[in-house]
Amino acid sequence: MTKARTNASASPAVGRNMVINGAMNVAQRSASVTGIGTDGYYTLDRWHINMGTTSAGRLTMSQTADGPNNISANCLKLDCTTVDTSIAAGEFILLSQRFEGQNLQRIGKGVVGAKQVTVSFYVKANAAFTFGLELYDNDNSRQISKLFATTTDWVRHEITFPADVDNGSSPFDDDNANSLNLQFWLHAGSTFTGGTLNTASWANDSSANRAPGIDSFFSSTDNNFFITGVQFEVGPVATEFEQEDFGVTLAKCQRYYHSNTFATGKTVSAGGAVNSTTIAVNAGMPHPVIMRASPTGSVSDGTHFAVRHRTVATVCTSVSLGSDPRSTYFQGNVSSGLTLGDGCFCRSADDACTLAFDAEL
Amino acid sequence: MIITNGQYVTDLISGNNISIKATIDGETLFVPIDSANRHYAEILRQVDAGTLTIADAD
Repeated sequence: MTKARTNASASPAVGRNMVINGAMNVAQRSASVTGIGTDGYYTLDRWHINMGTTSAGRLTMSQTADGPNNISANCLKLDCTTVDTSIAAGEFILLSQRFEGQNLQRIGKGVVGAKQVTVSFYVKANAAFTFGLELYDNDNSRQISKLFATTTDWVRHEITFPADVDNGSSPFDDDNANSLNLQFWLHAGSTFTGGTLNTASWANDSSANRAPGIDSFFSSTDNNFFITGVQFEVGPVATEFEQEDFGVTLAKCQRYYHSNTFATGKTVSAGGAVNSTTIAVNAGMPHPVIMRASPTGSVSDGTHFAVRHRTVATVCTSVSLGSDPRSTYFQGNVSSGLTLGDGCFCRSADDACTLAFDAEL
Repeated sequence: MIITNGQYVTDLISGNNISIKATIDGETLFVPIDSANRHYAEILRQVDAGTLTIADAD
């Protein structure tokens, strides 16, 4: 007889992991960024570095081919490159993933019948440390934290958090905004460590109770932190880490960010393009998936783009972008030579032609 | 976010504003006019606070 999965009533067999890119396989922005000292998305998709008051500490974030066997070939590595042993009250480092509320409704948080959730992950470090794991409800400013320990070998932690019924007063919003931060506390000042860790049940945010008892990642340049196989699921049990095809994970990541670097002469505008004046072209560029919101566009200097019209290609002098969740409206300007109303297409003028779109939370 | 040099970008055909070109943390970005976009939300916050102004399009 086959035994039913313990979380069968709460989590589907496929798609139970609410974390995107938990196996640390997708890194569209970069495989490694050094000198990180401010907030941002730097390397592995969906994984955000959040820093508070300016710290002297600096770190390198990278995708590293050193994952635990049979879980993932890759992990996220943080490497302390500049120490900070004089920790100001408001300092912190958070490694976090942010979730849309509409993807969390299965938890039923803040309503009758709210469910427990379990976070599991594989972690190691250069030495034994104690760090924190927090779930922070961004809609209602409620949180709960747990501590975990590192060793020099991969260890899987399985941490279950209680349901937050809260008299039905704090559900996650059912929309595309940021409702929850799942975040690892790796360094914090007294503003966040001065109280008693809020570990037993969800509570309204009291800063001093968010990270008491954690060590500082910025204590030595010897410090490294490795993590992968991160899973966040409904129920009181950590199920086996859910494996996912690379293409599926990539598409999930592209809802929040996608980028392209084009080799010389490659087609940039997949949609229709037209010469809207004698010195300007407009082109439509569909996103690979519908994005979470209208994305911010980042583009290399206009001279890396060219307009292919009739028998010639004319290099642009500048470009601009306007985007919605489905596509981008590209405007390329040239000095002269276009025929009003002609069809055309845009292509890369050299191999430094890039486009990137960011709809991260 | 450190935001400077904000300026509206208009559609050449319709003349409507389609984005804001701004320097954000040292990088030139085109920010859509969508309150669900984190960069636009921050631009609105800084404009409301009186620390940022957005120039009209050229």
